[in-house]
Amino acid sequence: MKRYLLAASAAALVTLGGLAPAWAEYQTAHRGGTMRLLARSSGGTLDPQINYTLQYWQIFQPIYDGLVTFKKADGNKGFEIVPDLAEALPEMSNDGKTLTFKLRKGIKFSTGQELTVKDVVASFQRIFKVSSPTAGSFYAGIVGADKCLAEAASCTLEGGVVADEAAGTITINLTAPDAEILSKLALPHASILPADTAAQDAGSAPVPGTGAYMISAYDPNKGMTLSRNPNFKEWSVDAQPDGYPDVVQYDFGLTEEAMVTAIQKGEADWMYDQPPTDRLVEIGTKYQDQVHISPLTAWWYAPLNVNLPPFDNVKARQAVSFAVDRNTLVNLFGGKVLAAPVCQVLPPNFPGHEPYCPYTKDPGTKWSAPDVEKAKQLVEESGTKGQKVTVVVEDTAVSRAIGVYLQSVLTDIGYVADVKPISSAIQFTYIQNTNNKVQMSVSQWYQDYPAASDFLNILFGCDSFHPGSDSSINMAGFCDKEIDKKMKDALALGVTDQAAADKMWAEIDKAVTDQAPAVPLFTPKHVDFVSKRTGNFLFNAQYYWIVTQSWVQ
Amino acid sequence: MSDTTLSTAPVPARKGRGPWARAARRLWQNRSAMVALAIFLLIVAACLAAPLYARWAGVDPFQSTLDAVLKIDGVDVPVMEQSTEGLGLGYTPLGPTWNLKHYFLGADNQGRDVLARMLYGGLNSLWISAAATVLTLILGTAMGLAAGFFGGLTDTVLSRILDVLWAFPIYLLAISLSIVTLSEGLKIGPFVIESGSLWLPVIIIGIVYIPYVARPIRGQVLALRQSEFVLAAINLGVPGGRILWRDILPNVATTLIVFVPLMMALNMLTESALSFLSIGVQPPDASWGTIIQDGQALLYTRPWVALAPGLAIAVSVMALNVFGDGLRDALDPRSKIRLGRD
Repeated sequence: MKRYLLAASAAALVTLGGLAPAWAEYQTAHRGGTMRLLARSSGGTLDPQINYTLQYWQIFQPIYDGLVTFKKADGNKGFEIVPDLAEALPEMSNDGKTLTFKLRKGIKFSTGQELTVKDVVASFQRIFKVSSPTAGSFYAGIVGADKCLAEAASCTLEGGVVADEAAGTITINLTAPDAEILSKLALPHASILPADTAAQDAGSAPVPGTGAYMISAYDPNKGMTLSRNPNFKEWSVDAQPDGYPDVVQYDFGLTEEAMVTAIQKGEADWMYDQPPTDRLVEIGTKYQDQVHISPLTAWWYAPLNVNLPPFDNVKARQAVSFAVDRNTLVNLFGGKVLAAPVCQVLPPNFPGHEPYCPYTKDPGTKWSAPDVEKAKQLVEESGTKGQKVTVVVEDTAVSRAIGVYLQSVLTDIGYVADVKPISSAIQFTYIQNTNNKVQMSVSQWYQDYPAASDFLNILFGCDSFHPGSDSSINMAGFCDKEIDKKMKDALALGVTDQAAADKMWAEIDKAVTDQAPAVPLFTPKHVDFVSKRTGNFLFNAQYYWIVTQSWVQ
Repeated sequence: MSDTTLSTAPVPARKGRGPWARAARRLWQNRSAMVALAIFLLIVAACLAAPLYARWAGVDPFQSTLDAVLKIDGVDVPVMEQSTEGLGLGYTPLGPTWNLKHYFLGADNQGRDVLARMLYGGLNSLWISAAATVLTLILGTAMGLAAGFFGGLTDTVLSRILDVLWAFPIYLLAISLSIVTLSEGLKIGPFVIESGSLWLPVIIIGIVYIPYVARPIRGQVLALRQSEFVLAAINLGVPGGRILWRDILPNVATTLIVFVPLMMALNMLTESALSFLSIGVQPPDASWGTIIQDGQALLYTRPWVALAPGLAIAVSVMALNVFGDGLRDALDPRSKIRLGRD
């Protein structure tokens, strides 16, 4: 997923310099206080079924619950799916097409209203009624979803989500088995909200949840206040643990420079935005105990449009992959501590990842150095030398720097290249639309949930290519029927044998990499800069720092 | 009796000076204007020498050189330095060496020589501001002359067009035009300007400032239109175009000359602002505005990357304004012409 638009997650926790306490028992002595968070701006709507930003998916964790959720634990344990509002993981029947959940009893919303199966049914209907951004992708496999997608206002999901009030169960029927359905149900878009929640974007009005905290004040121009949910009683430490601070004050509007200074002075506890590059040396030396660096299951890449010259020629695409010096790009991102070179699609420590690197001086499993001579030879062979190439990048310091570097690489191997930085607000949709005839761009993808399909199928599957649309995430326009069939086979295999499916995804990863519809650049790491008083820092692989599991006193 | 005796000797006849010579003399005697002109010409000369400097210093200001290592006083100095202390976070470009041969002002975040980029960038900034000034003066003068001289429907239509242009905040209009032309360039009939061309900022800046020139010119022409020599020419049946060219244009020429440095200063600021917002000069080309933008991310550790082009803009604009004031005083000491500020 795109970092700005979607939630992200990470692979494993690695803390360098900072302390990473092991998952421990709740320590009452640290309970209380006000935690102060900072961000440059708000993350948009408060509606958990609509908001699709990392910023708010992270803050929604102690506020909302689904039937299942990702475990609130550090590192890769955060990829584990655990029962949340459901008593247990669902019973699967009907060849994996029917999931039956038993709802926990005694859970209340922050309004005091008790959670019932009616709330669950209404919440699933609401996903479609409010046109949740993932309604047509993640939840389209629920029986009745096609009608809901066609006529959202009258959505009933008849036969798709069925409640049994007496038994306290919810049955979800799928049109076909889906190996990833639990991951999809664990996302904030499947949060369970009160049945009477209006079927429209909640905007700046907080929606009641069942979590340990609730939003008690919100002004998108100023900030957000979280306070304890008075009706919360912990039912699962894995799914919705009680938090430490009494209040979480999240303020918006400062620059990254000002945020770093505020944390240094102890006036704030954490900043959502990444510290500016010119402050990294300072915080990495003088404040190293307050810095946490965590690798992410994410990918910076340069999609190459396989339907436009010169990259409609596979040799031209491979040439660029050979020529790009990943170490240079890593340095542009802030150095090897903050990123690692890659030359395949699936990030390290990710399901289906098997090290593979054909585009390096000594092809094998690891990138070592660019092979510019080979690149020039491929350009000659492709007959594309001298053609014009424009690289479209975001107008941010790092993206612009990468674009300028790629322009110099393209020039070096024989193209007439230029770089076009455009506003971050429009670049992501601009490069997706085939009408804009983008030959090459720079983008990022952060996983929605830990599955190889979330990279390979989403970014390079035929179903993700929609010519003429702003929502065509397969920016390369890559559609190889044979590879696409293998993806569908792997998805089906995952229902019964995930390990075998992951082996298949590894083969697909290699096949896509060989076709070079994108230049893999690097996998980034995440920097969290926290105040001196912040303790018990836990970095969850799925939702990053678990805010309320840290203490400030 | 007074010490002073009045001379009764005849005063020798002095050769009369023309108005241009008198103006040149007044300008020459205006020390601050001359110093300003000298400073500006020095900047122009330095910028024109950009290719020579790059060749002499052995640097390519448009090529990323992140792994370059310099030999300064026998010591190897990396252009980009990875922090090795603490967590090893950060990758810092070389700071100013104050040695003209080696990255005098240091490197930017691509490992490029900031001074070389500044000189090349200055060349673009100066060229764009000068070309936009010429364009503004040509279009503004044509509109002002036509509106003021022909009056009637011509005046009404042209004045409303100027009103529309005037009604937009300048930067908003420039930014809007830049965004529209940024991706696809500009295509008007057979004229095609590709995106990324330096002609795009020239045209955008040239257009947005037309009212600044056209309105005062129109006012002057309205007054001249009623003067006796123009009325006489009209009554004698001299064609309108000939009157405009021979009688009116020479009378507004001094105003136009005064406009040149003042418009250049204004255009330079506008070009920098657009480039700073990534909608002016496009990479890998540079201008002072784009270099400030590059330096923004290095303000804390390498402030000279942003400060140096900022100073260059400030000094150039100040020099042009001081020279422009001097020029105005020299050509017409009673003139009240001042450029408006948006």
